[in-house]
Parts: sequence; C-alpha cells; structure tokens
Amino acid sequence: MRQGHKLRAAVLLLAGIQSLILFAGFFAPYNSTAQDRQLPFAPPTRLHFFDAQGKFHAKPFIYGLKSDPVNAGAYTVDTARSYPIELFVHGAPYWIAGLFQARIHFFSVEAPGKVFLLGSDGYGRDQLSRFLYGGQISLLAGLIAAALSVCLGILLGGLAGFYGGWLDNALMRGAELFLALPWLYLLFAVRAVLPLHITQSQVFLLLVAVMGLVGWARPARLIRGVVLSAKERNFVLAARGFGASDRYLLFRHVLPQTSGVVLTQIALLIPQFVLAEVTLTFLGLGVGEPLASWGSLLSSLQQYSVLSSYWWMFLPAVLLVPLFLAYYMAADALQERFKSVSL
Amino acid sequence: MARASLSMWASSAFLLALFVAITCPQALAGEDLMVTENPLGRSGGRIVIGLRSEPKTLNPVLAADDTSRDVIRCMTADLIHISRETLKTESALAKSWNVSRDGKQYTLHLRQGLHFSDGQPMNADDVLFTFRIYLDEKNHSPQRDLLVIGGKPVDVRKVDEYTVRFNLAQPYAAAERIFDGLAILPAHLLESTYQGGGFAHSWSLTTPASQFAGLGPFRMKEYVPGQRVILEKNPFYWKKDRAGNRLPYLDEIVFLFVPSEDAQVVRFEAGDTDVLSRFSADNFAVLEKQQTARGYHLYDLGAGLEYNFLFFNLNDLSAKGRPEIAKKQAWFQDLRFRQAVSAAVDRDSIIRLVYQGRATPLWGNVTPGNKLWIDTVIPHPAQSLDRARQLLQSAGFSFKDDGSLVDPHGMPVEFSILSSSSNAQRSKIATLIQDDLGKLGMNVHVVSLEFRAMVDRLLNTYDYEAAVMGLVSGDADPTPEMNVWLSSGETHLWHPEQAKPATAWEAEIDRLMQQQMVTLDYAKRKHLYDRVQEIIAENVPVICLASPNILVAARDRVGNFRPAILDPYALWNIEQLYLH
Repeated sequence: MRQGHKLRAAVLLLAGIQSLILFAGFFAPYNSTAQDRQLPFAPPTRLHFFDAQGKFHAKPFIYGLKSDPVNAGAYTVDTARSYPIELFVHGAPYWIAGLFQARIHFFSVEAPGKVFLLGSDGYGRDQLSRFLYGGQISLLAGLIAAALSVCLGILLGGLAGFYGGWLDNALMRGAELFLALPWLYLLFAVRAVLPLHITQSQVFLLLVAVMGLVGWARPARLIRGVVLSAKERNFVLAARGFGASDRYLLFRHVLPQTSGVVLTQIALLIPQFVLAEVTLTFLGLGVGEPLASWGSLLSSLQQYSVLSSYWWMFLPAVLLVPLFLAYYMAADALQERFKSVSL
Repeated sequence: MARASLSMWASSAFLLALFVAITCPQALAGEDLMVTENPLGRSGGRIVIGLRSEPKTLNPVLAADDTSRDVIRCMTADLIHISRETLKTESALAKSWNVSRDGKQYTLHLRQGLHFSDGQPMNADDVLFTFRIYLDEKNHSPQRDLLVIGGKPVDVRKVDEYTVRFNLAQPYAAAERIFDGLAILPAHLLESTYQGGGFAHSWSLTTPASQFAGLGPFRMKEYVPGQRVILEKNPFYWKKDRAGNRLPYLDEIVFLFVPSEDAQVVRFEAGDTDVLSRFSADNFAVLEKQQTARGYHLYDLGAGLEYNFLFFNLNDLSAKGRPEIAKKQAWFQDLRFRQAVSAAVDRDSIIRLVYQGRATPLWGNVTPGNKLWIDTVIPHPAQSLDRARQLLQSAGFSFKDDGSLVDPHGMPVEFSILSSSSNAQRSKIATLIQDDLGKLGMNVHVVSLEFRAMVDRLLNTYDYEAAVMGLVSGDADPTPEMNVWLSSGETHLWHPEQAKPATAWEAEIDRLMQQQMVTLDYAKRKHLYDRVQEIIAENVPVICLASPNILVAARDRVGNFRPAILDPYALWNIEQLYLH
C-alpha cells in the first residue's frame, strides 16, 4: 500500500508540474521573449501584505522599481506607488499547445508595474515566464528523446535477447560502442558542419534525435536481459511447444514482461535527457536566443559577473530539483511495484 | 642578471656585466640616456600580470597576437614612439629626426652609446638589419604592410654610425608613426640565424634567456611552460628619471597564464595579480564593490578606439554561387534598408544593458576617444521606428496584417546576424538588435560562431548575411585604417578586396583616403578624413553602434600607474612603474 501512495504522489506531482508547463502561457505573467530594457537584472519582486501604515491587505501587492539612470542593474524600491496582484487578467496573447489562442493570464499587475517573481535577466525578461516557457522545450525534448530511445531499446534489445546468437552479439557490441563514444565532441562536430541557417525547430529536432539515438544502448541492454530470462519461462516454452510463432511469442508473452523495466527506464531517462538538453544548451548547442529553454536560462551563469552578482539567476536550477526528484520517486515506486508483481 | 652571465658568457662580457651591476644606476661613459618626466619611484620589487594565453612567440617581427606583443613590448624599444598619454610621437631610440621638404626623406639621429640588454652596443647597423628583417617577405611580418608606401618598401640607408636615412616613394603623412612598435633587433645575435634561414624559429619561448637581447626595460629571465614568463630588469636600459636613476624601477615582471577573462578577474580580485586590463563592464561592476576593501583601484578612461558595428554582406556573390544570400542582397544593397536598420537600433539600450553605461553610442566610425580626428558634425539621430518604417515603405517594402515585413516581391524579410561566441558583449548586442528589428517585422536570427569560423565566413567564403563585429584602431591616426576603408582593402569588411570600387561613394572614399595619406598638413588631412566619416555615415555600409570605454584596474601599491586609451592600456610606461 505504501508503495502505491508513493507512486500516486509522484504521478500527481508530475502531472501538476507538466500542466504548469503545458499552460505556460496562462501561468506566466509575460511573454518569454518580451524585453523590458529599463529593468535588466531586476531582483525578484517582493510580495507585500502590509502597507506603510501597517495595514493588512489580503490581496498581496508589490512596489514599483526605479532603475538607476547611470548604473543599469541598480534599483531602488519606489514605495510611492503600489500595484496589487490581480488574478485572471488580460495580457499579451499566447498559444496553448499551439492550438488555442488566449489572453487571460493567471496573475499579473497593472502596467507600468512589473512583477518578476524570479527576477529578470540581462534583457529585462521575466525569469518565471522564461522558466515556464523554457520547460516546454526542455521537457518536450526529454519526453520525445526518452520515448525514442526506449522504443529503439525495446526493438533492438528485444531482438537481441529473443534470437540470441550472432544477432545478439552484433547488437550488443554496437550498444557498447554507443556507450563508449565521446558523444559531446561528436555533437560539436555535427553542429559545425550543419548549415548556418538552421531554424529553431530544426535545432530542437536535432537535439531530440541525437539524445534519443545516443540513449538507446542502456535500455536495450536491460531489456535484452529481461527478454533472455522471460523467453525461458515455462509458459513461454509451453506456448512455443504448441507451435506459436516467434512474432506471437515476442509480442504476446515476452515483451509484456518487460513493461516494468520500460516504465522505470522512461521515468529515469526523462530527467536524464532534460539534463542533457540543459548541458547541450549550456554549451551553445541547443535552441538559441531569444527562445528560452532550461539550458539557456542557466547558460548565463557561465559569466562570473552574473554568477557573483545576481543570485536569482540560480533559481531555475533550484526549481529543477523537485521535478527531478518526482521523476526518480516515480521510477523508484514503479520498480518496487513491478518487482512485487513478478515475485 | 649575473647568474645568466656566468653560465654563458666569455669573461670579458662577464666583467662588463659585473661592472654595470655594481655601478648601476650611473650611466656608462658616453651613454646618451633619455630623461623621463615621471614622479620619482622606488627601485625593487616585482609585479604580476595575467596573460590570456601563452605568448606564441617572443620574436617581435613574427608576433601577431596580443599576448605575445604584451610580453615583447617590455623587452624591446622602437626608434620613434607614440606617447600613449598625448597620442603624439616622441623621441625614443632616435633622439631627433628631420623630414625633407617634400616629405619623402626622413633622417633619424640615434642616441649614442646605448647597449642591448646583453651589454653589446647598438648602432645604425642594427637599425639597418632590423628593417631588412621586417621588409623580408619570407618573414611574413604583420608590420610589413606599414613599411610599404606607395607600393614600394621604404629604402633604408646608413649615413654614419648613428644616423639613418629613410627614403619613401611618396610623401606619407604621419610617416614617423610607423616606427612605433618596430623593435630594433640585435644584429650580433640574429644576423647569423637570419642568414642561415632559421629566423622563423628564432626567439621562441624555449630559447635560452642568454640568446635574447633587446632595448626594452626588461629582458627574458625564465619561462615555465603552462605557467609563467618572468622578465628581469635590463641594467642597460636607456632611460633615467629626473634624479638620474636608471629605469626601470621594478626588478621583475611575472606574466601568469590565466586563460579566461573571468579567471583573470578572480585572480586579480584575490590579489594574485597586480594589473588588469581588457575586461568587460560587467566585471568592472563586480570589482567595483570590493575596491577599497581589497586595495585596488579601477579606472574608466572613457571611450577608446574600439568601434562595434553591424554590417551586411555586400559582396559580389556571382562567382560564389550563393543564391539564397544573393536574393537578400537586393535589400542590403538598398541604402534605405540600411538606413532603416540604423534608425531602428536602440543604441542607448546597448550602452545600458551591454556595457552598463560604460560605453559611448556611435553613429560614425571614429570614436570620441580619437579626439584629433572625430568629425563632430555627424548627426546623432535618436532611435525612431517611425522613420525606419517610412524608409522601408519608400523602398517598396510593406507590412502584412500580422506586422511582418515583406519586400517588394512579397518575400518575407528574414536574415541572420553572425556574432562571435567568444565575445559575450557582441552576442548581446546582436540579441538586442534582433528584438529591435523584430519591431519592424523583420525575422532576425542570431548565430554565434567561434571567432575564427566567423572571420572565415566574412573574409573568405562570404557565407553570411549580416554580422556584428568590432575593430580596434591600432593608432589614433586614419592611415592604419586604410585597410578597412579602401575598397581594395583586406578588411573592407562588407565587400573586401574589390578590383574596382563597386559604388561611387566607395570610389570617393578611396580617393579621399589616398589623398589624406600623402597630405602633410593636419588641417587639410582632417578635412579629408571628415569627409570620409560623413560618406560612411550617409551610406551606412557599417551601422556603427557603440564604443566601449577602456577599463583598467591596478593595485594601490603600484605607483606611476597612468593607463591610456591606446593599446597597451595599462603597461605602456612599465619602466616607470614602482611599488609603494
């Protein structure tokens, strides 16, 4: 029962985070590429409940920021004017999943006030909005890459385990080769020969394809192991004795036994691939400006001045921790659940 | 010094060195030392300086990179020097010089009785040897171009032991400035190497210290691969202060190899290095906070000679066969398109967001740091999207309902801007321009490339649409800029090495630049160069954006520190630096 709770909690948490990101346009107060050149590197906006007179407001409000005319990045809080946080307000238009256009935002403040709950970057773009929009790219990349590598893993691992012999040998040596290659440098080489005019969606597809193609080896080896033992089980041998075809055996009896491993692998691979996207973008191989991804949010930390002066630029990294934890929790719970089933 | 002598030299040279070591700082008999005007300093001590990379060579003739030159500058001297403080020429190894009335003949009178850092005397033969080396095409010296005037290399003749005459093929304004940075080489050490054909490999980092000799304030002491180069005081240096003390004051300079700007900033902040230059305004802001607590001082010297700009590919691509880019060149070649882009760019935001206010917006190619040559009448129009839209509409462009811009043939306006990934500022500029032009309905992509890959596209393959670049004038004089503005120039970026000027205004610039080069009167030259600046501002082949301020930092204990806007910003008066 306790495992069930853990799984349910993890899945709920994941569903929550994914829907935040799916509806990024709604939850983000601003467009991810909208610059406010008067407010570069603005610190996270403080929500206030008590005004200067000490009066309590149930609806939190914020104060405006005045930027130093000379020294960009130096701010004073302008308490003369306050902006209450409004819910369900009209704002910049956005698309939900590329299908519906809407203008309602979950929260915002009246212009010219700006609410930056996670601060702003060097172009005065809202970090929270960029984090939510960035998740669409990073998480989608992780999901597709994980699906791709697991599909390849099932196909190749299944074939290798089921047929054995030279096919097994060839596929597994191939898998080892894939594990041993220095992929990062290969990627740099690939990017260097690609044409200059590569669109953002092409970059994205490239990223996904590369991660998926590189990642198949590990799940394939695991699945091969499961298939190896599954095909020797009595009911499989019995079915074979009754004259079942290979195809029937593989799809009806053998592969279903790998479902636990597959689900666990997916839950493990998604955060790994999200991290891979972060790494690749950090190194300049991911989607470029002005689009946001989790990798591009963190890449500004490469500069010493950002690293040492603007602590809120770390927040996206901190926010990734619960997401990854949720995935690992799910993987853990899945593994235990299927272990108990198979016993 | 004595240690190096012991191991290598014959006894007579050793005795001479010992004599100098004992009698320093008094002058040797007959030495014509130059007296400097700096406040008096204290002898002794060492300063540590971070270098971005290992110098590639210590041979002044071959060096092409900043780090090599930074080290070589401390070990060598030139005949006539450009004062970093006044930006005017001043006497150096040549005590005085005369120019013939037609401006074609320069006679230089050398200081007498000077010695190289190994104690051997310097005279006109060394000068002759030096120019032979610089002019030898086999040596591929980056400075050789400067010595070819009117298509002919300068002709150098010895008049007597201490007099040298230079004959130019045509009058050349500011000819004396070409001597700056041309290091006088010791014929006694290098002549045989040169004759033997081994010059290209001489004076590398691994050459033993005893085989170096120069006329600079310091000389080679030690090289530790991957870590540092150490220079020691040259006891034969030819400058003394007002009190008669022979310069330099410092005993040693240590150049530490610190690979990136950020690492250099951290090392400086931590107190590992004493002087820091070539860092960004972002890091200036970081360092500023700790200024008093950590005992260093930051200097913002105002606009330097670097100008950053956006330009479009105006090359003739018919031979290169790049139809995709050629199609878009119809826009780039339209003056109104370029003017519209210039009007749409928000230069003030670039100054604030990229340079933290430590830069000057530019509308022309000469920076305010170059006070002698800037044309102040060039207009400074503020950003205006309305004007940009009008210009585009007058050029036949139109806006679709969703605001996107299409050209007269209905093709959407979409192009990419290259920037160098190693220069965070220029990438940031490109991103801001992308946003500005987005407001005009242009779909602009920013592509960051490694610097050399980018230069290859700009100057060789012409496979680009637009780029953000920066150039730093080597001198506050128009002539070294010839290569950029002449239509035949190798760095005439938007359309290099044209056989014939492609446009009437480029032909006009060619004519003006050639003319200013042979005009000797400053006022007349200024008038000609003003016209060049105006033509560039009117025709916007380059959309000038910003000139970053020169930022320098030094520890409080470094005395006589007087940074300047001309390279090398911090260490040009290294012989005068001392420790409090």
